[in-house]
Amino acid sequence: MNKEILTVISNRPLTHDAYELVLDGCSPVKPGSFVELTVDGYFLGRPFGAGDYEDGKLTVFYRVVGEGTKAMTGLKAGDEIKALTGLGNGFRTERAKKPLLIGGGLGIAPLNYLAKYFASAGIRPTVVAGYRSARDVILREELAKIAELSITTDDGTEGYCGNAVSYLKNNSADYDYYYACGPTVMLKYLTEFDVKGEVSLEARMGCGFGACMGCSIMTRSGSKRVCKEGPVFDAAEVIL
Amino acid sequence: MNTVCGNKDTRIELFGYTLKNPVIPASGTFGFGYEFADWYDINILGSISLKGTTLEARYGNPQPRIADCPAGLINAIGLENPGVENVVSRELVKLDKVYKGKVIANVGGHSFEEYTRTAAGFNGADKVFAVELNISCPNVKGGGLAFGTDPKVVEELVAAVKEASVKPVVVKLSPNVTDITALAKAAERGGADGISLINTLLGMRIDLRTAHPIISVKRGGYSGRGVFPVAVNMVYAVREAVKLPIIGMGGVSSARDVIEMMYAGASAVMVGTANLVDPYACKNIIEELPALMEELGIEKLTDIIGRAHNA
Repeated sequence: MNKEILTVISNRPLTHDAYELVLDGCSPVKPGSFVELTVDGYFLGRPFGAGDYEDGKLTVFYRVVGEGTKAMTGLKAGDEIKALTGLGNGFRTERAKKPLLIGGGLGIAPLNYLAKYFASAGIRPTVVAGYRSARDVILREELAKIAELSITTDDGTEGYCGNAVSYLKNNSADYDYYYACGPTVMLKYLTEFDVKGEVSLEARMGCGFGACMGCSIMTRSGSKRVCKEGPVFDAAEVIL
Repeated sequence: MNTVCGNKDTRIELFGYTLKNPVIPASGTFGFGYEFADWYDINILGSISLKGTTLEARYGNPQPRIADCPAGLINAIGLENPGVENVVSRELVKLDKVYKGKVIANVGGHSFEEYTRTAAGFNGADKVFAVELNISCPNVKGGGLAFGTDPKVVEELVAAVKEASVKPVVVKLSPNVTDITALAKAAERGGADGISLINTLLGMRIDLRTAHPIISVKRGGYSGRGVFPVAVNMVYAVREAVKLPIIGMGGVSSARDVIEMMYAGASAVMVGTANLVDPYACKNIIEELPALMEELGIEKLTDIIGRAHNA
């Protein structure tokens, strides 16, 4: 965990509401960990999964959902932003020989970094990325290079028509362990379908480092803090 | 004992225990302390007020428990904690490895019996030099705040806890009352050794898209730098009403805030929400104090307690 001042390298829209923010000056972070970014004019930091990392450059992908993320779209190259980095436990990458990565919406962001990690270890992961519609698809080209990528859309405008879990039920994917991140409802259906994997959860957080109990969830092994014991949990452990 | 920063004397005394400085992380914003040892050496702290503890383990409220505000946040954790037995046998042991000083145990409850039994649960804990009685938590149904708003109940509850506990008892007051001095006087009559204030102010945020309150249990406690002037006013008023030592809190975010709170009448100062947005908040405040004392011509912090009342 580090408190750092990061410098904006770029901040660009990828779709009508999803952005890619690249920040410099970040200490190394693990796939599955997250950062808290403090946006000027807002009291609490906002948590974002590490979407990519290389040589001090951290990429986060964010969707404009409220005033805080809307304000983030105004960040320009050269701007400085206060951050807590390297928060939470990352993915247990050693658990998969044939990894399957399942993303829903912006949940694909931490899986992008995970896919790159596997690629650098000589493993070509399978990725199922679900979106609402073709216009919401991000990271198509990047992931296709390093993974066996299948895209699903709820309205069928690109790839498989339906969500990522329905795709898995109707297509045989070759994997021994999965890593998933996405909307709670997707993770709920996924963990009912298969528990040989782990899920990265989202929560409204106070501190982001285990002090306030703001993000605690009840699991099959008692209360856990999403920010500290998570955000990645065993699929068999979570109650969704 | 390293108690003097530079040539400035930052020591203060509470109930016969000497703190190296008046800065104490507030209950609920610092866990059981050891989480912060990953950020810095927490031995610089005057003391620590532990996460609110109840007789049995509590999970707390459903998600969401947190809502962001312009100058603070609303929380409705609901006193999530592992119960007094686990706090004494597990959490205090973990804390002892990274913090050598003594701490304040914060006690919550739903009934006289729960408060007294939980407070008594700390009787054998040498690590604890005082018990802070949380009669003002807005986030626990049928308890907490319900105890903190009726002077007669406060007096009786404090008397009962005093009888059960061998530790000095600090009563933490709610600002969600018409006249906080009436509650401070009731605590004094009940035999309290000190007063801490203010707990959070009741607050609510509503999601503009769904029109639902953001917090699952609708309302919670508002804290953060926005409440600082409210807290200063209430500490000042309570200083005039009772003779007990006061631990001031509410929005304290800087060394300047610490001095202002002490001018208002606080013998020690708790830093709460600031820890959640900057894990180094207490460290920065402690390190800023000597230079600020120099700037203000203060040699000893004990000299300035209640100074605003003589000005």
